[in-house]
Amino acid sequence: MKHMKEEELIAYREGVAEQRAVVAEHLAACERCRVEMERIEAVLAALDTLPVPDPGADYGRQVWKEIAPRLAEKPDRWWQVWFEPRRLAAAGGIVALIIAAFVVGRVTKRVGPADNVANREQVRERVLVVAVGEHLGHSERMLIELSNEAPDDPKQKEVDISAEQRRAEDLLQENRLYRQTALREGDAGLANVLDELERVLLDVAHSPGEVTPAQLEAIQKKIEARGILFKVRVVNKELQQRQEATKPAPAQNDSAKRERNKV
Amino acid sequence: MTRMQQSVDSTQAIAESDAVAVERTLAGDRDAYRVLVERHSHSVFRLAYRMTGNRHDAEEVVQEAFLRGYQKLGQFASRANFGTWVYRIAANYAIDRMRQRQKEDARRETPRVEDGDGMDNDPVNRVQDEAPTPERLTQSLELRKQMEQALAALSEAERTAFVMRHWEGCGIEEIAGVLKSSSSAAKNTVFRAVQKLRHALQPFVETKAQARAMGTES
Repeated sequence: MKHMKEEELIAYREGVAEQRAVVAEHLAACERCRVEMERIEAVLAALDTLPVPDPGADYGRQVWKEIAPRLAEKPDRWWQVWFEPRRLAAAGGIVALIIAAFVVGRVTKRVGPADNVANREQVRERVLVVAVGEHLGHSERMLIELSNEAPDDPKQKEVDISAEQRRAEDLLQENRLYRQTALREGDAGLANVLDELERVLLDVAHSPGEVTPAQLEAIQKKIEARGILFKVRVVNKELQQRQEATKPAPAQNDSAKRERNKV
Repeated sequence: MTRMQQSVDSTQAIAESDAVAVERTLAGDRDAYRVLVERHSHSVFRLAYRMTGNRHDAEEVVQEAFLRGYQKLGQFASRANFGTWVYRIAANYAIDRMRQRQKEDARRETPRVEDGDGMDNDPVNRVQDEAPTPERLTQSLELRKQMEQALAALSEAERTAFVMRHWEGCGIEEIAGVLKSSSSAAKNTVFRAVQKLRHALQPFVETKAQARAMGTES
């Protein structure tokens, strides 16, 4: 008799098996698989005894109390999200990049199919390099501003970092996208730095809009300890060099072609 | 009316009432969102606690999930289930939090001291008070420690998939949505998680079963 694989038994136990009837029939007939299933169930049953603390009957009210002061008067309708000035600016940037890529594609000389593929790859990389470079530049500026934040008055109890926080939220979304792209493209070095940057952006994005001087100092120390500003600068520099390297050779104009034909 | 029918009706009534609360919130009635927060906080906390493994992070995940839910409420399709939607937001944020924790822990290279009152992860405090015998207490403590370690050793995706499937009963499509993977990849992740847990815990569970057979376990 052919026995069930561990994978099939686990899938059956967790309710994700495709042929449940087949597994059930087999289990009814095969003691060895039944014992195996009991062993899996024993482990899962033990895990089920791990308790979850009861947060208390009025937990929902406590959560509301915590978040209510941080909620805007009214949530945005879905279409309003696209009309926020910062999103419009980001969308404008992306449109500009697409147009730039299109123009670069149009002015590139007509070549054979193999060269065409290589050119498309180059254009794509150039667009990505420019976009990531801009993103790193924006992140660097935000982190520098945050690092230089300080209370105006020593007696001041809270410092407003809501502007940096909002920018970090926006940058966080872009950062995820670029990190995933870098990973897909096999650029581990860039992906690592973007990953580290994401941690910092996450910290800033999830900080309260107004922080105490001590909290601000803690955030600044974290930024400093991670050396993220330095890493961002180094990677940005590398990207600029890469951008230079991927610039297309000047297109041959007609007079150059005529000169060559004379030879 | 059967109990199952009653349960289906009650779930439907909650979903309809959630939809009304969402519409009222979008119309500017901020207190309507309070109803949603109070209704779903406990279940989101349970998910968050099981994913993060500690109370402090779980509470942060709950607050952040409802904050993000409010900010994105305009993007919420009214025909969807608010509970499922906020669950997904919480699961995504819990993954971010776990990653962040892992990095912080790796940097410190010392065992993490629990936040808050530090009671949640102390195995001594997790033992049910059922007048345990010394043997039972020792075995329970050891098993709990092993279970917590085995869960902590899973990758974020594996832990998420296991918690959502095994404990929260979420559908594979929903898990795949959170993991940003295909359904078959999500299924594989559930399998890998159970397999790893099994291999880590089987010896301890069997010891417990043997002890029970020998009469040292009540």
